Amino acid sequence: MTIDRREFLKLTALGGGAVFASALPGCASMGGAGGSAGADEFYFVQLSDTHWGFNGPVVNPDARGTLPKAIATVNALPVEPDFIVFTGDLTHTTDDPQERRKRLAEFKEVVQGLKNRNIHFLAGEHDASLDRGEAWKEFFGETHYTFDHKGVHFIALDNVSDPAARLGDEQLAWLAADLAKQSREARIVVFTHRPLFDLAPNWDWATRDGAKAVELLMPYQNVTVFYGHIHQENHHMTGHIAHHSAKSLIFPLPAPGSQPKRDPIKWDASAPYRGLGFRGVEAEAKPVKYEITEMPVTKA
Amino acid sequence: MTMRAHRRRILLGGAALIAGAAAGAGVLAQAKERVIPVVARKFVFLPNVIKVRKGEPVVLEFSAPEVVMGFNSPELKIRADIIPGQVARVRFTPDKEGTFPFLCDIFCGDGHEGMSGTIVVT
Repeated sequence: MTIDRREFLKLTALGGGAVFASALPGCASMGGAGGSAGADEFYFVQLSDTHWGFNGPVVNPDARGTLPKAIATVNALPVEPDFIVFTGDLTHTTDDPQERRKRLAEFKEVVQGLKNRNIHFLAGEHDASLDRGEAWKEFFGETHYTFDHKGVHFIALDNVSDPAARLGDEQLAWLAADLAKQSREARIVVFTHRPLFDLAPNWDWATRDGAKAVELLMPYQNVTVFYGHIHQENHHMTGHIAHHSAKSLIFPLPAPGSQPKRDPIKWDASAPYRGLGFRGVEAEAKPVKYEITEMPVTKA
Repeated sequence: MTMRAHRRRILLGGAALIAGAAAGAGVLAQAKERVIPVVARKFVFLPNVIKVRKGEPVVLEFSAPEVVMGFNSPELKIRADIIPGQVARVRFTPDKEGTFPFLCDIFCGDGHEGMSGTIVVT
């Protein structure tokens, strides 16, 4: 039996996956979907904040097992994603450069288990801030880059190699030059690790010069940002630009500003992996929209 | 804008960078500042609770013996880079009571996320 993406998304929603349904431009509820998938429509999967190498049984006693379980879940999706993206903090930080490389190597080996080999990687501050991305680049290449897929221009921004969480003037100039080649109606998706807006500056959930990137993106009509860092879903608008953060695959964090400290949420043995997961994103062209389906680490 | 309001804006607006210019104007030079040393080390500010009085001119003198650290209190709009071997000074005069969080905003390693504190203004 074949299954199309929309059917799959509906089934996922019924089976416990959460479909993000919002009035936010750039997103759509399941109810509005109809018709058959066009040539410019596709599906990708976002995983984030895997923190390979993390050791903290109180918040995740299955730190080395969670990512493999998520990979098995991705591999079992009834619809093959066009590609997979990891939006940073692939590894947990360490002061030891050798250990950092060991964790990056292990992570890379573990994700070899993904059936889909079209994978894009971004760095997080845990991967890259202590050596300005040196080790990360050895394994995954440039920390900012672009690619195009079925009519969408994807831009990966690096707001972590600078430990002060800046994109920097050089990268901003690169972004401006890249955007100058796009039409104002172009479908643009930005991947990054930290929020580009001031989500919770008291918790360092911001990019110091992120507003400059948003300003550069603002003239473009169809821009959506997918990011990580905050270990939970969050949906925010800056003007017409939607920003969607992803869940983590190691531990959840509290809602922005909901308590004095951003301490990880403790593991609940009665509901293992609660608050963790990944998402599927259905990209549609007419009108431009992104249907986000949140999925658990393991299928119940 | 009154001169007093203008002065308050200057004091709160720019920490160390503006302090130099303000001192040149004779504003801060006349005020008696309380100097509070703060050490930023992995992964704690010492002290991490800083008590000051409303209207009291304060200078936070930061040092970082290990690696580059950042001090940032978004609500008070004061921040500084703290570079080993140098003293980073942040001047401000709190004009409202309350408890204001601050954090290290330069990633400094495992434990960075917990490196924070509060400024308590009474």
